[in-house]
Amino acid sequence: MSPSREPRRPGLDRKRRDGWWAAHKWLVLRRLAQAGFLAVFLTGPLWGWWITKGTLAASMTLGVLPLTDPLMALQALLAGHVMETSGLVGAVIVLAAYAVLGGRSFCGWACPVNLVTDFAAWVRTRFGLKDAYPMDRRLRLLVLVGVLVGSAATGTIVWEAVNPVTMLHRALVTGSLFAGGAALSITIAVLLFDLGVASRGWCGHLCPVGAFYALVGAKGLVRVSAVNRDACDNCMDCFTVCPERQVITPALRGAKNGVGPLILSRDCSNCGRCIDVCAKDVFTFTTRFHDGPGACAQGPAKKALQGEKML
Amino acid sequence: MDRRQNPAMTRRDMLAGAFRAACGAGLVAALLAVPARRRAEAVALRPPGAIDDTDFLSACVRCGLCVRDCPYNTLKLAEAGDGQPVGTPFFTARNVPCEMCEDIPCVVACPTGALDKSLTDIKAAKMGVAVLVGQETCLNFLGLRCDVCYRVCPLIDQAITLERHHNERTGKHALFIPTVHTDKCTGCGKCEKACVLEEAAIKVLPHAQAVGMLGAHYRLGWEEKQKAGKALIDGIIDLPDRMPETPAMPAPERLPGGGFKEFKP
Repeated sequence: MSPSREPRRPGLDRKRRDGWWAAHKWLVLRRLAQAGFLAVFLTGPLWGWWITKGTLAASMTLGVLPLTDPLMALQALLAGHVMETSGLVGAVIVLAAYAVLGGRSFCGWACPVNLVTDFAAWVRTRFGLKDAYPMDRRLRLLVLVGVLVGSAATGTIVWEAVNPVTMLHRALVTGSLFAGGAALSITIAVLLFDLGVASRGWCGHLCPVGAFYALVGAKGLVRVSAVNRDACDNCMDCFTVCPERQVITPALRGAKNGVGPLILSRDCSNCGRCIDVCAKDVFTFTTRFHDGPGACAQGPAKKALQGEKML
Repeated sequence: MDRRQNPAMTRRDMLAGAFRAACGAGLVAALLAVPARRRAEAVALRPPGAIDDTDFLSACVRCGLCVRDCPYNTLKLAEAGDGQPVGTPFFTARNVPCEMCEDIPCVVACPTGALDKSLTDIKAAKMGVAVLVGQETCLNFLGLRCDVCYRVCPLIDQAITLERHHNERTGKHALFIPTVHTDKCTGCGKCEKACVLEEAAIKVLPHAQAVGMLGAHYRLGWEEKQKAGKALIDGIIDLPDRMPETPAMPAPERLPGGGFKEFKP
């Protein structure tokens, strides 16, 4: 995968062959999901129809369904505070959902920061910007450990001092984004970081929320599979659009190593963009129980082939 | 970066990697600890039932559910510069005070316990304490009968009473001094909101800033005496009080109209 060959308009072949909708289906559905997650919070303040109150940190839907950010509950626990029952129940529900759906589905389908970092990545691709300061993708695990240690050491939920995810969501839900507060600053900081410092820098390398959800959903059921990998013509479109490109290689090119076509890395955010852009129909959504043709009975030979190569 | 696939990874490499990882995690923890310490500077008022300010940030996830369920739009989520960590709930009494709802919906809504559910009687809330800070501007201190803070107090004659004092300026009038009783004051802020001055003379402050604390070993002699039913020390010798000698006062000069010269009403 030589960077010089990377296409600036991934998905062009697919669009020419199958039309715009086919080349953008999962992208549009994902944007609708993200808009929907915002909408349920916004109908109340805008029109008085209360569906969900609160923010991504903790919310109450229709007065019966509590949802809590499990990383927040964990930080509170380490800081020496046990939440109320509804908060704990909410955290368990969210944990269970993402354990099944694949943890980083949160990043691809619910998190509002994804819109910002996807935009930055789109700009980088379109203008062919090279990655100036490559970072190790394991950095986010360090940040996660730092957050947990920091919570225990200071007795506070430390990540909330800077968390772009909840800050942006809170600002969108309360309508204070453009009031010049901290949320706008931190969102611009993330955008500039992804644009100018590191490609997919925030979500792909640093965000401890994503790292936490990745660990939660490491054995998630919903998976992308490179079922038709034999048809791959190495056009690089999928690698170009993928926010976690290291997860594709083992599945797409694992046939010779006896590795199945399922993308099993915990870092995959199930965004489905690879399915959209592939003109050879290589990828599809499936579950981890459908490790189709080419699967190896004894499993992967080396862990390195399961998306653990980090850059 | 492909160290993982390199079989010749030594113990030294592993230790170095672990050291780097520990440094990185420590760096994040240290940086995040800086804003975390800001909790000590709290000035704005927390919602009713808020747990002790040192513990508040271990519980509050800044979700805003208390703000959503406040029927009077009293509560806000802090922005940078509001004096509270960003996203935490607070209210500014001078803008919108707490209306002290009997069902305390903000506490009911809290999913984390940052607002303590054991608070079921709003009159027991301790959001802060009203302090009459503007003693040079308060109209009652100036000798007028404004009394507005006293009259709007939801716990009138308990949290705020009017205490009668001598008006030294006129020499013959009374001052009715609004006096806050910290054991009753909930810190709702209605007095601060209602104060008629340009800048409120009575302000609600966080409890720690408003109320002093006696040393744990201090005893109030008169209370101890009452409890014991007698003086705690026997055989106190009562020495005679020596007073400065009073100069002889000249007899007041009578005016032709019948009044006294020294008396100026």
